[in-house]
Order: sequence, then structure tokens, then C-alpha cells
Amino acid sequence: MSSTKLSHLEVVRPIVEKYAKDPNALLQILIEVQEILHCVPKDVQDYISKELFGKSRVRVPAVISFYSFLSEQYLGEYVVHFADNIIEQMLGNRELAARLCSKLGVKIGKVRNDGRVSVHFTSCIGMSDQAPAILVNGRTIPKLTPEKVDVIAQSITAQMPVERWPESLFVVEDNIRRSDVLFRRKIEPGSAIKACLDRAKAAHAPVALDEQLSPLPSDSDKTGLDHAAQETLAEMYRSDLRGRGGAGFKAAIKWETARDKKGSSRYVLCNADEGEPGTFKDRVLLQNYADMVFEGMTVCGFTIKAKLGILYIRGEYRYMKEHLDAVLQKRREQNLLGEHILGSPFSFDIKIHWGAGAYVCGMETAMIESIEGKRGSPRKRWPLPVEWGYKGQPTVVNNVETYAGAAIVAVRGGSWFAQHGTMQSTGTKLFCVSGDCERPGIYEYPFGVSIREVLRDCGARNTQAVQISGPSGMMLPESEFDRLLAFEDVPSVGTVMIFDKSRDMFDVLHNFAKFFQHESCGLCTPCRVGTTLLVNILDKFKKGQGSALDLEEIKNISQLLKTFSHCGLGQTAQAPFMDALQKFRPIFDKRLKSKEFIPAFSLNAALEEARQLTGRTDPGAFIHEDIAEPAH
Amino acid sequence: MSKKVSVATCSLAGCFGCHMSLLDIDERILDLLQLVEFNRSPINDIKHIEGMADVGLIEGGVCNAENFHVLKEFREHCKILVSMGECAITGGIPSMRNHFTLKDCLEEGYIRGVGIENAHIPNDPEIPLLTDKVYPCHEVVKIDYFLPGCPPSADAIWHFLTELIAGRDPSLPTELIKYD
Repeated sequence: MSSTKLSHLEVVRPIVEKYAKDPNALLQILIEVQEILHCVPKDVQDYISKELFGKSRVRVPAVISFYSFLSEQYLGEYVVHFADNIIEQMLGNRELAARLCSKLGVKIGKVRNDGRVSVHFTSCIGMSDQAPAILVNGRTIPKLTPEKVDVIAQSITAQMPVERWPESLFVVEDNIRRSDVLFRRKIEPGSAIKACLDRAKAAHAPVALDEQLSPLPSDSDKTGLDHAAQETLAEMYRSDLRGRGGAGFKAAIKWETARDKKGSSRYVLCNADEGEPGTFKDRVLLQNYADMVFEGMTVCGFTIKAKLGILYIRGEYRYMKEHLDAVLQKRREQNLLGEHILGSPFSFDIKIHWGAGAYVCGMETAMIESIEGKRGSPRKRWPLPVEWGYKGQPTVVNNVETYAGAAIVAVRGGSWFAQHGTMQSTGTKLFCVSGDCERPGIYEYPFGVSIREVLRDCGARNTQAVQISGPSGMMLPESEFDRLLAFEDVPSVGTVMIFDKSRDMFDVLHNFAKFFQHESCGLCTPCRVGTTLLVNILDKFKKGQGSALDLEEIKNISQLLKTFSHCGLGQTAQAPFMDALQKFRPIFDKRLKSKEFIPAFSLNAALEEARQLTGRTDPGAFIHEDIAEPAH
Repeated sequence: MSKKVSVATCSLAGCFGCHMSLLDIDERILDLLQLVEFNRSPINDIKHIEGMADVGLIEGGVCNAENFHVLKEFREHCKILVSMGECAITGGIPSMRNHFTLKDCLEEGYIRGVGIENAHIPNDPEIPLLTDKVYPCHEVVKIDYFLPGCPPSADAIWHFLTELIAGRDPSLPTELIKYD
């Protein structure tokens, strides 16, 4: 890598200058440094601290330690991340990782002695429909096979730069399997904004056209923009569009609240963190329908009178960077972004903010912290971002798919939109189908489709269970497959993970538990400690040491997590446990060793070290029976 | 008056501070004796539980084979078993050795230490064999209640016992678990 010839300072100085030493840009600066140096060494941290924060030296290491893609230690010329969610495990990612490690002579999580390569596991990277997938120096390689692993090992051994690896390795497929309103009616770039502006024209006063631009009318009422924003909001109300991130809050209410709150400026944030394992719809939307998403953000900006929109996108999708930058650039050239959009007094621009591997940043307040260049710790729930969001100003945070929906509403009208779906869940929804089925991929259905119908369409057979909405969602057995995917029955972010009868749901639960343990941000004790205790109990069951008391303990800890966690991560981390206990009880029962309680370890084995040290073999040096059952 | 409640106590890997705190209930111990009779306990020097005890109070965690045997006897002969104090609940101060190997600990104490003659690690069968780590009681047997504090204050122990004996929820009010 040619960049290694540059001194650290030569690398970091232009990056810091590019971001004008803005403390809010800390995370972006660190990501770019990490990309070039494959670490953020101490001297670079000191330099950044000095330039951005003056005397304070804590912010930089605090941020580096928070995001899993940033590291102080050098990770090698080639950094490989294996996605490790349950779907990837089912498709043999562990075996492939072992193969790569043995070919390269490297241990998981450790940099090879010559400093050339390291291999790691990470959470889902949004490729469950083309798993197993990996990231190599931030670039995605899906559909990994033993043959591809060998090619990768050879390329690394030959020190071939990743840019020169066979292009075929990096082809990410869309796998759009069913299209409805959103996918079928790709709207022309600019049409949603035009529709908004036309409403302004239709109002009593004409929009200031190009020739009238200077001087601009200071009183926006004269332009009819206020009226048009009101009309757009009314269409949003008519559409009854609900947030697609999973919670289903009505977008129009959010927009109106943000518009009506006092603030020096307003912001439109688009949440493309998409960290929920098994979810990949935002990836497909941004790859193919980025214009529509940006259009929706612009419509929101128009409605709430914002000047800036920010797309927060997970670091795992870094391979889309050039594409997204190009779409934004083109929109600026088409005057769909920037000053005086389409000759109107309305100005709005969008920038992209990258994440660096932190599930909790999908939580809107954690995301805002992250955009401000800090650790992604969730804020207190009140006030909400619509009142106190980015930089303390009124901020709308919506999901990628919600903005795409908003663009459709702006063009086609709210009433038309509301004709689709169900009474309480209007429109269509993108479902990310993965796991045991013939055709994994993206399926767009009107809300209200049954799970059984989805399973049939994707060619799932002998299905034992589906996990809806990712680990934090619902684990449903066959008896509930007739339930409907809609906010009034089974709400979801759109994730459908399928497990056939050959799978052990215990492994699924174990994977989810470890996921939450890893992703807990550590801010609050119930979540930090609770998620670990739950993993410990499952480890105990896995060793065949489970007892009835441990099941009680799972319930107690779950209740505690649900009640006392600071944010949604901890509150929902217990969900798969409660579902598993209620609906998949045999996975525990068949591992139960005792009705009461047995230790997770052998007391006799715990004496072994002392036996060795003392050389004792007398009867008192052994414990023959570990278990003490309570008296009755 | 109904039959007195039988209470057994023991100190495993602890410092007897919790038992001191129990005695700190002062003259209330006379009231307590109206309600309970002490079964096996360091207080009366009875060595084994006679028959069945209603309540067992455990001070200290498990650091050796003898601790395990005592704890096992308590579990099998007490209807309600209580982890009393920091060491029983988390391992406490003794568990600070968990950060080192047992070998390091013993060699530091009996081989490498200052002024040691005839250095060797004690191996008399009379001495209980140490476990590799110090374990909190609930990782070894089922524990029914946890009475926190280092030590739990006399008032906390009094409140806990009297509420438990009266058949009420023995949860401690905030002022009894607020330590600063």
C-alpha cells in the first residue's frame, strides 16, 4: 500500500483540514484515517485532539473505543471481517473463516506476526440474502465459497491490492423478488419536489422563478411556500404513512411537531444504520432508489423548513460511497439540491455521515450523538429529537424506507397511498427474507400479508420458526404463521429470518444473546450486566448444566432488562428469551439436568490446581458429589 | 405461642464481620430469642445442623473444599438459605485473588515471601484444600435470599429476620441499603 510510505502526519493533516477542524466531524475523520492507516495510532490521536479540542485528550480515544471498526492497534494491510449472524452461521461462515485462517496462518482476532493480515468476526453486515459475506478492507464480498476463500488467501499472500482483486468477487446482488407500489413506480428525480412546489404555485402567489430570484422575498408567505408546506403535510396526514424503522410512529405527526417547535434551524436525518441482523432493505433502496430516498428527505426538509439533511449510513455499506456521492452530486447539478431548488426560494442540501460498526447507533438519539462526532450513547428519551435533536435543534429522524414512501406520497397524493395496505398500516412494506428458503431476497408486499404467504412465495419448506424484525423482534412458531405482518398484528422493520426443522432454535437464541451482549453500549448497568448474565446462563445450558432455577433467573433478568434499561437495546434484548421460553420450551427442557440447581462448574475440578500444588491425594482432597438439592 | 423458628448460621470465606453485625443488634437479641432458637452457629459452637433448620444465614463465599461441604449441609438442611453480606453474594474481598492463579497466590505467601524458612506449600490433609477461585454461594447452591451490605447493618439483619419470620416480604427499605 503506497499510503504506508506517508508519515502519519501527512495522512491525517489533509483530512483534518478537509473537515475544517470541526469537532462534529471527529468520527468522519477517524474513519478516513482508519481506512488509510488501518489503525488510529497514538500520535495521530494526539494530533487530532489538539487540532479539534485543544487541551482535552479524552474525546478521541473514547470515540475510537466505542466503534468496532476503529482501532488503536494496527490491524494489518488486509483486514477481513466475517459477518457472524445466525444466518451466516447456518450457511457455514465459521468453517470458511477457519479455512481462511489456516490458509493464511492467522488466528481469529489477532494480527499475523508479519503485520500483513487479521481476520475478525463482526455482527450482520446486511448481506443475509447472499450469505456468507465478508468485508475486506471495508469492501463487501458476498456469497463466499471455499473456492473464493482460496482466491482471497492467494491474493493476500501475493500482496495484491484489494482494488485489483477480481471484480466478480465484489458483485452485490439486489435480489428483488416481489415488487409493488414502491419498486414498480420508480418516480422521476425531482417529481416529488415539483409536486410540492406546484402546490405553492397553486396558492395565491406565484413561486419566485429564476428571473425573480434577486432580491428574494423575505416574507415567505408571499411565495406560497408556507401554504405548500401545509398542503404537503396534509397529504402526509392523508397517507397515514407510519415509520418503517419498526416502531411505526406516524411520520406526519413527527414532521408537524418538528416544524412547530422553536429552533434556530431544523434538520432532516435519514436513518440507514440498519444494524438489526437479517435486515438489508435500506441497502437495496440506496443502491437502486437513492434518488427516491433523497427526494423524500427533501420533501421533509421543504415541509419542516430545514436547510440540511443528513444520511446516517452504517460503515458496512462503505462500498456504496462513490455511488451515493455521485447521486447527490447529480442532484445538485440538476438543481434538486442546493440553493434555490428548481428556482424556488427553497434551499436544501444533503450530506452523508458514516457510521463505524455500532448497532446501538440505529437508536435515533444514539445516531444523533454519533453524527455530532461522539460515542453513540443513547440520550435520555425526553425531550424527543423533534424538539431537541441534532445540535439541540428540532430534528426529524426517519427510516430510509419512510422517506421513499414520503416521496411517493408527495407525487401520488396521500389518499392514493392510503388505499394500499391495511386500516392501520397503509402502503407497502419491504421484507428482507433470509435463511432456510429457496429464494432469499427483498419482497415488497402491501401491509397485512400473512407470514404463511411470505413463506410460500420464497419457497420455504418444513419451516419450524420465523424470527420477525430481527433479534429484538418476535420468534414465532408454525402455529402463528397465519398472523399478519402489519402494525396491528406483527409489527416489524421488515426482517424475516426463516429456520427449518433441522435447526436448533437454541443456537438461534444463543447467537442473538451474544449479539446483544456485544452491542450493548455499556452506558447503563441493567443492559451491560444483564445481557452478559443471559449469555452465561445459555452457556450453562449448552454445557448441559441447565437447571430450573436458571430458567427462573432468565425471567428475572429479562424483566429487569425490560424495565430498567436506558434505551430500546436493553429493553428488547430479552424479547427472544421470553418468546423462546413461551413458545420453544423444549429447547431448554431437553438440556435441563436438574429440576433445582446445579453449578456451572465442577467443584472437584476447581480443586485440581491445589491438588497439583500440594501433591495431596487424601480423601479430603476430592469432592465426589457437586450437587446439593434444597431441602423440602 | 407457636414453635420457635430454627436459625443456623455459618461463616465460610468471610471475616466474621457479618456475625459481629448480627450481635450488634444489642439487647434486641433477647427479643430475637423469643422468636428463634439458634441451631448450628459459631455463636453457640454447635458443629452440625440438628434436624432441619428453617433459616440458614451464610456469611462468606466458597474458597475451599470445607466451605463447600458446609454450604452443602446448609442447603440440604435449611428450608430457606440466605447469602448474608458481600462475600457470600459476590465473593467479596477474598475473591480478589481470582485475578491471579492459585499457584501465584500460594507461592507468594509460602515460597517467595520475606523471611520464610523451610519454604513449601502446606499440604497437611487437615487443611481444607483451596478451590481455584473464590465462588459466590449462589453459583454453588440455590440461594433464596440475598442480604446485602459489608457487613449488612444490625438494623438490616434485624429487619430482614423479623419480617421473614413474620411471613412478610423481607425486602430492605432504601435507608437500610443506602451506604453513603
